[in-house]
Amino acid sequence: MGRDGSTAREVPVLEVENVSVAYSGRTILDAVSFEVRAGEFTGLIGSNGVGKTTLLRVVLGLQRPGSGEVRVLGAPRVRRSRSLGYVPQKVVLDPDVPMRARDLVALGIDGHRFGVGRRSKHQRERVDQMLHAVDAERFANSRVGSLSGGEQQRVLIAHALVSQPKLLLLDEPLANLDPKSVQEIVALLHRLSTDQDVAILLSAHEMNALLPVMDRIVYLSGGRAASGTTDEVVRPEVLTKLYGHHVDVLRLHGRVLVVAEPGAGGHDIPDHPPLTVV
Amino acid sequence: MHVLFEPGFFVSGPVHTAAVLGAVVAVVSAIVGVFTVMRSQSFAGHALTDVATTGGSGAFLVGLNPLAGFIGGGVIGAGAMDLIGVQRVRSRDLATGIVLGVATGLSALLLYLDTTQHATTGATQQILFGSIFTVDPSTVPVVIALGAVTLAAIAVISRPLLLSTASPEIAAVAGIPVRLIGLLFMLALAVAVALSSIAIGSILSTALLIGPPATALRLSRSVHAAMILACALGVATTWLGILLAYDSYYWVSSHQALPVSFFIVAITVVLYLLSGLPAVRRRAGRVDPPPTAAPMTPPVPAAPRRQAAR
Amino acid sequence: MFSGFMANAWEVGTIVAIVAGVVGFFVVLRGAAFPAHAIPNGAFAGAAGANLIGVNPLVGLGVFSVLAALGIGTLGRRGKADVATALALVMMLALGAAFLSQSTQYEPEIFSLLFGEILGVSTTEILPVAVLGLVCVLVVGLLYRRLMITSLVPEVAAARGISPYLIELAFLLVVACATTMTVPVVGALLVFSLMIGPPAAARCLTDRPGLAMLGSVLIALATLWAAIACSFESNWPVGFFVATFSAAWFGLGRGIAAVRQRRGLWSGRPAESVA
Repeated sequence: MGRDGSTAREVPVLEVENVSVAYSGRTILDAVSFEVRAGEFTGLIGSNGVGKTTLLRVVLGLQRPGSGEVRVLGAPRVRRSRSLGYVPQKVVLDPDVPMRARDLVALGIDGHRFGVGRRSKHQRERVDQMLHAVDAERFANSRVGSLSGGEQQRVLIAHALVSQPKLLLLDEPLANLDPKSVQEIVALLHRLSTDQDVAILLSAHEMNALLPVMDRIVYLSGGRAASGTTDEVVRPEVLTKLYGHHVDVLRLHGRVLVVAEPGAGGHDIPDHPPLTVV
Repeated sequence: MHVLFEPGFFVSGPVHTAAVLGAVVAVVSAIVGVFTVMRSQSFAGHALTDVATTGGSGAFLVGLNPLAGFIGGGVIGAGAMDLIGVQRVRSRDLATGIVLGVATGLSALLLYLDTTQHATTGATQQILFGSIFTVDPSTVPVVIALGAVTLAAIAVISRPLLLSTASPEIAAVAGIPVRLIGLLFMLALAVAVALSSIAIGSILSTALLIGPPATALRLSRSVHAAMILACALGVATTWLGILLAYDSYYWVSSHQALPVSFFIVAITVVLYLLSGLPAVRRRAGRVDPPPTAAPMTPPVPAAPRRQAAR
Repeated sequence: MFSGFMANAWEVGTIVAIVAGVVGFFVVLRGAAFPAHAIPNGAFAGAAGANLIGVNPLVGLGVFSVLAALGIGTLGRRGKADVATALALVMMLALGAAFLSQSTQYEPEIFSLLFGEILGVSTTEILPVAVLGLVCVLVVGLLYRRLMITSLVPEVAAARGISPYLIELAFLLVVACATTMTVPVVGALLVFSLMIGPPAAARCLTDRPGLAMLGSVLIALATLWAAIACSFESNWPVGFFVATFSAAWFGLGRGIAAVRQRRGLWSGRPAESVA
């Protein structure tokens, strides 16, 4: 798969193969493997501190794994990959900075270029397109730092997508959002994934909001990962093996609950100790 | 032993004064400095030495007590910085820079007005660089007293100060007057810095305010431990510096001793660099986070933002 | 006021103000006020050292400003930025004090480097200032977008293969060049105000980065020109006027920012809005 001349659509956009990361004697990621195919929506699910950000950093080339390999569009991960867009966690933009939303999105096209110069008509149109796609036209000419958290997030998504990457990575975009905003962002991302023909990999600590749109899930626990469709992965047998202790999976009104026995030690269950309904 | 302690070290009057003064200043600087470093206000701490010096030279030139000028200048400068400054770290540094600029401009003016009146050979150098060996012993009690007052003030506000340093939002919700606490801290910082500037000079003032606390914070797990370690490091550095400066008189055939400031700063910087070594940090139980891609300029803490209507 | 030696002052002043406006835009954006102060101060120690060993003080100035920039950049990579700047600064100053202590004479020329003498600039001094100034502006132009993106979203920049650390080092070196080239004319301490006040004011007046940089240059020019004129009339030092006018612009900027924010002009929409 990948290097035999097959069409681009058949080469996975992202291949993570046996990636391990250890730090200060602690194993953070242990032989993690998964794939993301073109146009797919993949959720990287795991509780806080389990290594989601580390995994994303390895994919982005910001951190070198102890072992294993990452391939983007069949080629080994290179520093300056134009095929990846990235929206980091917790970006805080200073209201004193003189930069409009539109300017920040435009930097997504040429932020790496040397020199100054007027952007071409084509480039400016592309920026307008992206602002429209993320529904940010209302505040396109406002200072980025004066926007609310949700608005800034849209601008950052537009910034990441304006150069037409094949894969968009988002680190915990849903954290600290109220349920309504979560729904809006998930719907937006799903729409973008189709319209812009971009695969999405986003990390979250609970999966229920993503169930309607997720094609695949990568479930992280204790440094190990199980990947596949939600139906394949979110099953008692699979998760019990992953966690190392007995786990039940309940489905209730279209929502999924992963439940550990009271008093079971070991790894955190995403999103809660024993029982929470979301 | 003779090699380390040159003749006359322990009986020298100036050395005694220097040692006592140095230790007092080191302790005050260490404690105030721990908060300064935690609050990312190193620029203000340094700028205030220059502002205080402007006040001191101004007072000196009009015949007032320089100490009053130092402290007055520092306090006014700190007040101005706090009033103009905003919560965001980067904007605070701008306010500090503006106040520093004005103080420097005033220095230029004073120097000009002064040179048209009488010669300043040496006086400028004395004020700019200071010299711990030539301090008048009579200022020692005043310095100690004011230092004690500053420490007492810090002790009084230490808990609200810690909380508002860790998180201004949480502190505000807890009913702490964050702006007021910030201002009080700046005033205490001004006094501490003014004292150390006049006792040991501006360079050392900043070095002892920032160096030992920064080193201690890297190696300690709690603020209290950091304060104790910072005091210990500050005092040890100062005494070792005094010793080496005294000895250096004998090293160079020209018998021009190297200034104490040089030794103390060098030791301070070396200690800070050592504390950054991965091996040292692991021993201290502090695990390094993986190197981030963030730039070295300070991150902007979240300003309270209007949230989207829910 | 515009003839003879004063013509030189106007020319040099114009160059200095343009460079200060351009570089200052990023100094303010990146929160690099402390390094902008520390680098020329540290460089001054180098001048003293050079003087000691009989080398042209300007060479010492240049070498130490580069050392200061690199020191701040590397020390600050892992630790806190402001701590790194403070320690790099005091190390340089202590070296300066050590150099001075080994010299038995009092050197008034060294102290003139602190405050400069723009009104006494000779024609031959203009060219080096112009050349260095051009270098600074060109480098900023070259790195403009990288500077912007690393200032705003450093993690995203890193993901795109731009190293925020290297850009920071490059920027500090530009600051070193900008402050050092102005030391002989405006002094080590005063171009600093010019790099803070005018840009801080400009960015309160407009939301667009290009316009903010232009405003920064224009306000810096106005400030330095006014300072030169006032200094000529009153004989008081130029630096005093530069500092006070810069402070005035800063205050004006903050006032306008407050008004715009309250009126909702900041965000381009009415004050209350729904995302």
